[in-house]
Amino acid sequence: MNHDPFHWGRPSADTYGEYNYNIAHASNADRSTSTNSEFPRMHTQQPMITGTSVIAIKYNDGIVMAADHMGSFGSLMKLDDLQRIIPVGKSAAVGISGDISDFQYLERLLDDLEIEDSYDMESDNLKADYLSEYLTRVMYNRRSKMNPLWNAIIVAGFDGKGELVLKHVDLLGVSYSSPTLATGFGNHLAIPLLRKKVDSEEDVKKLSKEDAIQTVKDCMKVLFYRDARSWNKYSLCVIEKSTQSIEIEKDVAVEGMRWDFAQHITGYGIPQL
Amino acid sequence: MPSIALLTAYAIEAIKQGSAAVGLVSKTHVVLAALKRNAEELGSYQKKIIKVDDHMGVALAGLAPDARILSNYLRQQAMSSKMVFNRPLSLSKAVHSIADKAQENTQSAGGRPYGVGLLVAGYDDSGAHLYEFLPSGSVLEYVGAAIGARSQAAKTFMERKLEDFPDASKEQLIEYALTALRDTLAQDKELNSANTTVAVVGVDQDFTVYDDDDVEPWLNLLDSLANTRNTALKEEDDDEDDDDNDGDKAASAEGQTATAPAAGAGDSSDSGTQPSAESESMDVDP
Repeated sequence: MNHDPFHWGRPSADTYGEYNYNIAHASNADRSTSTNSEFPRMHTQQPMITGTSVIAIKYNDGIVMAADHMGSFGSLMKLDDLQRIIPVGKSAAVGISGDISDFQYLERLLDDLEIEDSYDMESDNLKADYLSEYLTRVMYNRRSKMNPLWNAIIVAGFDGKGELVLKHVDLLGVSYSSPTLATGFGNHLAIPLLRKKVDSEEDVKKLSKEDAIQTVKDCMKVLFYRDARSWNKYSLCVIEKSTQSIEIEKDVAVEGMRWDFAQHITGYGIPQL
Repeated sequence: MPSIALLTAYAIEAIKQGSAAVGLVSKTHVVLAALKRNAEELGSYQKKIIKVDDHMGVALAGLAPDARILSNYLRQQAMSSKMVFNRPLSLSKAVHSIADKAQENTQSAGGRPYGVGLLVAGYDDSGAHLYEFLPSGSVLEYVGAAIGARSQAAKTFMERKLEDFPDASKEQLIEYALTALRDTLAQDKELNSANTTVAVVGVDQDFTVYDDDDVEPWLNLLDSLANTRNTALKEEDDDEDDDDNDGDKAASAEGQTATAPAAGAGDSSDSGTQPSAESESMDVDP
């Protein structure tokens, strides 16, 4: 027997069936009508390993943002220790959901940006509003090449005057701002809960830091309950305007869950009684 | 062919052939003022101040075509900063980008350094700034700077008034700039709306260039100034008087900018000791 795995070949089609080249529509190898070289180049048509919602809310002296630590490969939990909120420079934190390989690409871009910025003789020029503009341009540029970065991004931090910035950027290069923001499933599950606390800029003044953190924690719990691609460990980012500080706490656990109702659930893949 | 080091020295010499430009900074504003020349009576005046973006612009002395290369490059940088980051290009980033460009030319064979000096003025996140750019790739920040023919006279004036600049109003600053510029004039010349150009930028003030009729109000400001200051200056800087020859010679040089480098090279063959002649030719032509 040749012990070099390289010569073992693919699993036999007799045993395992034909290899499905259409997994994730990422290949055109089985198209018999045309050769590979004739076929148009193909780009990402769907994300592979994904991160779920990022949520954020403004309070009277800052912003609270959260995103869980899971990377899902379909319904499989591929990664369970993935920090998706990253600090960029001294005045911004970026929360990224969607495709994880594209997230890592963005992480590298932002890192390069930070290095480039540190070459300048002035210090700390990477303000949150500049970053959100930059990311919007990157996302729009990629969608214009019909090869989008499959992410939704929330940028939180301070501008040049120390004022709060909270912006959402998506894979089409669309950006918008609001006192409560969420990506993905959070748009359906968390936004209604967040808007109960803060519906407009006026309401922001009424919400304290403690209440904001509690609201976000509650939202993360609801998301863990109801979003089947979420996880009970998350990072919590607290931004404070008065001290111009950005703190990211890792491995925060969802607390106070009750699962005793679960035994009464029937259907949904659990055998009917 | 002269060595690159010598070429750079000639390039710096080419700046002194150009007409004067001065710049001044207060805490809130930067002012540029420059003397325009026309090659002949029938011709138009050479543009001396170029706007780069809403928050910055440059004044030039030396080869105008080279200044266009540099200012166009700055415009590109400013636009891309606006487009990509929604951030006005910072002044230090701007000047260092052209300094890097210029420095490369001082050590490449077959090329030549830029034959132009710039005063780069602007207002950004870190306040009002005035930089002097030289073809050697040297960039320095100033509170008051002057380049071009007889600029030493303007420097002398500014050194005297140094303490007044930081708290000066926009109007006062323009007045100071024009007074400094007036000191660089040849004896039989005067500032008028045709040959003077002024630019201001600062807090809540986009970079604005005043030419022709628009510069008239600023010149009137100068007229209301007691003439005594000027005469007092004249007495001390007596050597001013024998400058006018230089002025005419320089005027013809900038009028035909294309021939200026050749003229510079010819100069050097006359006097082999170019670098030592440099300091003297600052404001007095032997």
